[in-house]
Amino acid sequence: MELPQNLFYSKDHEWLKIEDNVGTIGITDFAQSELSDIVYVDVNSLGKTLDGNAIFGTIEAAKAASDLFLPVPATIEKFNENLNNHPELVNKDPYGEGWIVKVKLQVPVDTSHLLTAEQYQALTRN
Amino acid sequence: MNTLKKTPFYNFHSALQAKISPFAGYEMPVYYNSIVAEHNHVRQAAGVFDVSHMGEFIIEGAQSLQLLQKITINDVSVLIPGKAQYSCLINEQAGVIDDLIIYCLVASERYMLVVNASNIIKDWHWIEKQALGFDVSLTNISEETCLLAVQGPKVTQLLTPYLNFNLADLPYYHFKIANILGIKDIIISHTGYTGAGGVELYFKNEADNAAKLWNLLTKDLQIPPIGLGARDSLRLEKGYCLYGHELNDNITPLEAGLGWITKFNKDFIGSDILKQQKQAGVTQKLVGLWMLDKSIPRQGYHLLNAAGTVIGSITSGTMSPILQKGIALGYVDIAYSKLESSIFVNIRNQAMPAQIVKLPFV
Repeated sequence: MELPQNLFYSKDHEWLKIEDNVGTIGITDFAQSELSDIVYVDVNSLGKTLDGNAIFGTIEAAKAASDLFLPVPATIEKFNENLNNHPELVNKDPYGEGWIVKVKLQVPVDTSHLLTAEQYQALTRN
Repeated sequence: MNTLKKTPFYNFHSALQAKISPFAGYEMPVYYNSIVAEHNHVRQAAGVFDVSHMGEFIIEGAQSLQLLQKITINDVSVLIPGKAQYSCLINEQAGVIDDLIIYCLVASERYMLVVNASNIIKDWHWIEKQALGFDVSLTNISEETCLLAVQGPKVTQLLTPYLNFNLADLPYYHFKIANILGIKDIIISHTGYTGAGGVELYFKNEADNAAKLWNLLTKDLQIPPIGLGARDSLRLEKGYCLYGHELNDNITPLEAGLGWITKFNKDFIGSDILKQQKQAGVTQKLVGLWMLDKSIPRQGYHLLNAAGTVIGSITSGTMSPILQKGIALGYVDIAYSKLESSIFVNIRNQAMPAQIVKLPFV
C-alpha cells in the first residue's frame, strides 16, 4: 500500500497535499483498493466554500457510492476534468493523475486532526 | 453473533486474495481484482462463480408433484426428467417468499429445488408446513452440495471435451447428469444468472471433488473466478430479479413482471389473489430505466415525475460496464411505466433525467 510521506491523511481516507494556500485532495491507495473499480466521480461543490468534514462530492465504485469529505475548511476551486472520461485514474494513480479537487485553503491551515502517513497506516491495519 | 460459514472453495478465494465479504451467512468473494474486468470477461469469454451458498432441497415421494403445484406459481406438470423451471414460492397474500429453480429428477416423484441462500431457513419452514398431509419427504442437501456457475459464451466449447455429450445440444433450462474427471452424478444445467450462456454444475462435496473441478476450470481451462459483484451487475444488465431487491414478501409476481411464470391453469397458494390482481390490474410495476447523463442510480433512490412528486423507487442500480451508463430496476406507479417515459431519479437531492427502457438492457 503506497503512502507518500509529504501528505496529510484523514480518517475518511482522503489525502491532502498543501502547497502554500493551495490544497490538492484525493482518496488514498487503501480507499481505492477497498472501493475497487471507480466508475464515476461527482463533484457538485465547485466554487463553494465548505467547512472541514463537509461533503464535497461523491465517488461511485461499481458496487456503491461513497461521500467525499473535505479534510479541512476550503473553497473548491478546480475539479480534475480527466476523471469525467477516465474515473479509473483514481484506481491507477490515486496520489497522482487520480487527484480529485484543488482547493483554496484558509491560512493558517489547522492540520492537527489529520494523520501522518504512519498514523494512517496504523489506522488501516485494523 | 453467528459465525460465518465458508463454502468448500473458500481457501481458493482466500489464496487468490479475493475481497471477501459476508453474504447470506457465508464469507463470499465479492471480487478478485476488478468487478468491471470480471464482468466484461464473462460477457466476452467465460468465468467461474462459486455459488455454493445457494440452498438445495430434495422433494420426493408419491405426492411430490401435487405439493409443488400447490406451493409454486409455475406449472410443474410440464416438467419431465432433464428439464428445469424458474418459479416462485408465494404466501397467502401472494407475496414472494422466494424465487427458485425446480429440477425434475423423476417425473412426479423426485425434484430438486434451488433457493436463495438468504432464504434457506424461511423456505424450508414454509415448505415443511405446507407438506403436512402430503406423501412426500423433504431433505435439505444445501450443506453437502457444491454449486459452480460456469458462465460465458466460450463455456460450451471449453467444457464439451470433458463430457460424454455435446453441451451445444443441451437446450436452455435443460440438464443432464454426467461425470466429469471421474466425479460422479454432476448435474450439468443449462441455466445461469448472467445471460451470457454457460452452465451451472451441482455436485456433492465429498472426497476431493471441489478441488478437482475448481482446478480443472480455473487452471487447466484457464477460466477466471468471478465474484458476487460482477454476478450482480451481470444479472442487472439482463433485468433478472434479485430476492431482497426486486422481490420480497410484499411484492407479487405480477408486480415483479413474472406473469410469464404465473400459471392460472392450476390452483396454488395465493392464486385467487393473483387472479384478482390480474383482473384489476397492478398499481405499481417493475421497470428498467437508464440515466440520460453520467449519474448512477442506486438502490433506495426515489423516482420522480416532472413535477418532482415521488412515483416509485429503485431496487437495484449500477453502472453498466457494457453500456457505460447508469441502469436500474425499480418499482414505479403504473401511470409512468410505459416504455420511453421520461422520469427523474433523485440522486443526492438533484432530479437527474432518466428514461424507462425495455428489458433486458443488453
